[in-house]
Amino acid sequence: MMDWSAFALSLKLATWTMIILFPMGIWLGRLLAWRHFPGKALLEGILALPLVLPPTVLGYYLLVALGGVSPIGRLYQDILGRQLVFSFEGLLLASVLFNLPFAIQPMQRAFESISPEVREAAACSGLSRWRSLWRIELPLAWPGILSALVLTFAHTLGEFGVVLMVGGNIPGETRTIAISIYDKVQGFEFAAAGFMSAVLLVISLLAISISFLSIRSRARLRHA
Amino acid sequence: MHEEGLNVCLRQSAPIALDAELSCARGELLALVGPSGSGKTSILRSIAGLMEAKEGRIVCDGAVWFDSHGDVNLTPQHRRVGVVFQHFALFPHLSALENIMEAMLEIPRPQRKLRAQDWLNRLHLQGLESRKSAQLSGGQQQRVALARALAREPRALLLDEPFSAVDRTTRETLFEELAGLRRELSMPVVLVTHDLDEALLLADRMTILAQGKTLQSGAPFDVVTRPDTMEVARLVGQKNLFRAGIVEHLPELGITIIEWRKRRLQARLQTEFAPRSQVTWTIPRSHLVLPSAGQPPRGGNVNKVRGRISALIRLGETAALSVDVDGAGRPPVFISVPLHMALDDRLSAGMDIDFSFLPEGIHLMPAGRSAAGTIREISEG
Repeated sequence: MMDWSAFALSLKLATWTMIILFPMGIWLGRLLAWRHFPGKALLEGILALPLVLPPTVLGYYLLVALGGVSPIGRLYQDILGRQLVFSFEGLLLASVLFNLPFAIQPMQRAFESISPEVREAAACSGLSRWRSLWRIELPLAWPGILSALVLTFAHTLGEFGVVLMVGGNIPGETRTIAISIYDKVQGFEFAAAGFMSAVLLVISLLAISISFLSIRSRARLRHA
Repeated sequence: MHEEGLNVCLRQSAPIALDAELSCARGELLALVGPSGSGKTSILRSIAGLMEAKEGRIVCDGAVWFDSHGDVNLTPQHRRVGVVFQHFALFPHLSALENIMEAMLEIPRPQRKLRAQDWLNRLHLQGLESRKSAQLSGGQQQRVALARALAREPRALLLDEPFSAVDRTTRETLFEELAGLRRELSMPVVLVTHDLDEALLLADRMTILAQGKTLQSGAPFDVVTRPDTMEVARLVGQKNLFRAGIVEHLPELGITIIEWRKRRLQARLQTEFAPRSQVTWTIPRSHLVLPSAGQPPRGGNVNKVRGRISALIRLGETAALSVDVDGAGRPPVFISVPLHMALDDRLSAGMDIDFSFLPEGIHLMPAGRSAAGTIREISEG
């Protein structure tokens, strides 16, 4: 009924994507929320591209950029002795890239909502940058960060186009649950496809609900 | 310049023009007064290390905090400043006690709580330890912010319009509290405000700012009653600004005779202006007197002038009169009298009154550029 290996792979991919995007999103989110620098709009545009680009287009470029003849692909091959595309690592890299807007944007909004005066007060109270991040910024931005992580997780579970382009369909290595569902339908195994789809639906619904809940608690924190 | 205390010198042309020099001794409260956009907050931010001026030097108790030539620019963390922000900027997710404790990280944890509690008590915040900022009134938030700033044992305390966000009654209580606390504070205190009354009430010295430039520093009463220039006079709210010519100085009598609208007035001796030169003069309202009914006027008949009340406005406990002297075409003299006196004397528009300019109040200033639009209205006076 259930393609457990695909399900496990999806969970693994989603978890690793989340782990990588957690510090990256905080760093980029803060940067975009508080700094002004030349080319900021362009950077924001690039980071938001996965929202509007067809996954297959993104997947195609990644395939070309990471493939065996590309500099990145060759370097990877030279160091680790295997190719980057059609591997879990390649898939993870693609997953991180196409999840950038889902991770960064909620975090950026969350950091933007912290008053500059509060951050300045932290510096003037003698808090080091780490202490300020840990004690002031992260607690205040936490609902947004949580929402970003949940969205990233759910989005990774459901991603199809990019995964297929970059990862292919290798059982246990790159076959995720979304691809497995497609496979089942191709093989007329509708019951299995239906069951797995339902699992994905429930997980996605839960994730989105958690995300909304955290937004509401953020509003409460501000208006309490 | 004081050896001890805070010495600030800042210059830049953009993004905000600054040409500021000020000093504040230990234990002294210096008010930085200017209209909005005059750069006072930029100066405060530069002192705190939140902004870097293009050029300048900031030294506090001998420690160089900023020196554009020596390439020194300490972070706010290393400057040891206490700052009370305009909107207090409490950490919203922390309790009042935790807010204060956060500023005392150098103190070992067990003592930190006791010391923070002590600060809360000193600012009459007992019982509010666990409240978050949203559960505190404006006045309470302000006290927590002040406690947090002081808990750091700062080398300088900076207050950025801290009274503007609270209502009038709260403000008065806070004034008293700050005045009380002042006696215990040994560091320089810089208060930024656009409210002259606040400066007069709280400050030992004040510096007047306009367009990023420090124009005059001194004891608040001196600056208000003896502005160096017409610009300062306007900024400190002097509405009585008139042109006159110097007639002569009489050092033996301690007076200078000036000619104003073809009448001679006695002024306090101010020999820095040469006879026959043109000056602008001003007089604080406290030195404009009306004879009370049935009583001889203060100062006798010296500088007695007759005029006609053109307007009378009640402002709380006082009545503001605008009085035409020598006809309605020329700038009027503004006089404020206690409301009861205006009522007793039945003062009203259209009435002729006698009043005197007390000689010691007449303050002379350079005539100013006559071409400038700012003095057009007084050019005939």
